[in-house]
Amino acid sequence: MVKLGERESTRNAYGVALAELGEIHPEIVALDADLAGSTQTRRFADKFPERFFEMGISEADMMCTAAGLAVSGKIPFVSTFVIFGAGRAWEQIRNTICRPNLPVRICLSHGGISIGEDGSSAQACEDFAIMRSIPNISVIVPCDAAETKALIHEIWDKPKSPVYIRMTRNKVPTILDENDQSFHQKFTLGKAVTLREGSQATIIACGQMVAVGIQAAEELAKEGIEVRVVNMSTIKPIDQDAIEKAARETGRIVTVEEHNIYGGLGGAVAEVVTERYPVPMRRVGVRDVFGESGSPDALFEKYGLTPKNVVKAVKDLVKS
Amino acid sequence: MKVKEMKREMITAKVMKTAPESPVNIERVSPFSQTRDEKVLREIAREVRKDIIRMTTEAGSGHPGGSLSATDLLVALFWGEMRHKPNDRYWADRDRFILSKGHGCPALYSVYARTGYIAHEILPTLRKLGSPLQGHPCMIHLPTLEISTGSLGHGLSVGNGMALAGRLDGKDYRVYVVMGDGEQQEGSVWEAAMSGAHYKLDHVCGIIDYNHLETEGTVEEVMDIAPLAEKWCAFGWHTIEIDGHNFDEIFAALDEAKATKGKPTMIVAQTVKGKGVSFMENNVGFHGKSATREQMEQAIKELDESE
Repeated sequence: MVKLGERESTRNAYGVALAELGEIHPEIVALDADLAGSTQTRRFADKFPERFFEMGISEADMMCTAAGLAVSGKIPFVSTFVIFGAGRAWEQIRNTICRPNLPVRICLSHGGISIGEDGSSAQACEDFAIMRSIPNISVIVPCDAAETKALIHEIWDKPKSPVYIRMTRNKVPTILDENDQSFHQKFTLGKAVTLREGSQATIIACGQMVAVGIQAAEELAKEGIEVRVVNMSTIKPIDQDAIEKAARETGRIVTVEEHNIYGGLGGAVAEVVTERYPVPMRRVGVRDVFGESGSPDALFEKYGLTPKNVVKAVKDLVKS
Repeated sequence: MKVKEMKREMITAKVMKTAPESPVNIERVSPFSQTRDEKVLREIAREVRKDIIRMTTEAGSGHPGGSLSATDLLVALFWGEMRHKPNDRYWADRDRFILSKGHGCPALYSVYARTGYIAHEILPTLRKLGSPLQGHPCMIHLPTLEISTGSLGHGLSVGNGMALAGRLDGKDYRVYVVMGDGEQQEGSVWEAAMSGAHYKLDHVCGIIDYNHLETEGTVEEVMDIAPLAEKWCAFGWHTIEIDGHNFDEIFAALDEAKATKGKPTMIVAQTVKGKGVSFMENNVGFHGKSATREQMEQAIKELDESE
């Protein structure tokens, strides 16, 4: 049970949702690369050992094995850390999952710098860019545990094409209300959700940066600056209409993401803004550097992924 | 699944309609029936080799050398070993075939044509715009394929996945994966080797087309993979070494693979690159280059005159 206001990791919500779905749908299988305890596929493995495949530390093999299962009628959920799945096995995903357009669900955890103390080798901040540039695949970054749960239930068998879901290690505040009547409408693939209205600028965020965006909006409101906050959980296919609407109605856009400022959410939004309704933008994200060891909060502070920094970016735009 | 399959069929139909006409003369193909009769198989292999030469020359590119070396293996599998129905491509119990060395696809396309999966008339469209016969196999363009290949080191893992699915579904179909020798240099092949043995996938049978040549020279010079059979054996596979152009040896190995329980089998088949055409045999120049029209005529003549 995901509770509003409490902190829970997206990977945990994923593991719970996958185990729930496994009960209903026998065609679901799961694969992991020696990280089932971390990615939470262990929950599925414990309930359905015959449908769980421990592949060892061999991500390339895992992706292609999933393709073989998918082409034989199974719906494989593949999990490991973002850096090993999206990073090391990118070419397997590109050529043997996306090129044949197979319904593999690539659900990777421990993305971004919030993996924390493990340091830069595992802090993947490039995955949005490299995954969204592959044809056929959808790219989703849930903002909290509630959205993760809803997404997994939503996308398990549709679209019939590959899906990439990026999750994180740390516990994040649950900002969406699971009991809200409109809950399921909020999680349509490719649809952005406006979480707060405002007319002077729009903050477009994904993942746990949505909560940072909301905090920034609250700070700005105290100073009389009203900004819209949009949860862009689907980076591909991106909600172009929501972006154009934000550009037309608020005239300024700030993107916030736990990813390199190159090629990620900021890049994807800028592509739409420049083509459909050019307005000034600022991108808040990791500024093309590798991370380091530290707690998630200390790293967010050092690398500028804070409400304070988002407030500054909005003010820059409002002043100019 | 049904709807998806229908959609796939429609895509192929559409692609085939727009495929360009070819000036190359195409022979009539005799009806498909399975056999292990060596004389018959030699005749079929000769025709497949002629197809390969014509297709790649018509395309002006492609990989004739590695297609010719794998020809006898593919003919043995499709005519004398695999359980399959060309008129029922999606038969759930069919044995699966994966050409992991996707660049050898002219051989596979010819085999598909001569077994009746695709029209023989489309072979000359190889590598041309709008053709279902892509330079490296793509199942979106050609749904007859079990999987898209072309990037080396992927196919055996896919085969393992198919075998795992078959086990879950209580099916007894077998999965055949033909790999290249240069492909053995890909690390992911050895990841798949571990997985196949770990999961005791005795329905998987790999075959390595060991023709000893890759793009830049001999496999021994580029990056030696020897001792190859010993490697597979050490990885927990039942390993058989054969002459990949001797049908008796090929079938004996395939029978032995089928009888082997509790572990997958890897057949290391010694072959000759460019087999059947004198000036292509053991010639690295024809790894990734097609014959000229003159060379094509000579090759066809040689093949016609060969025993």
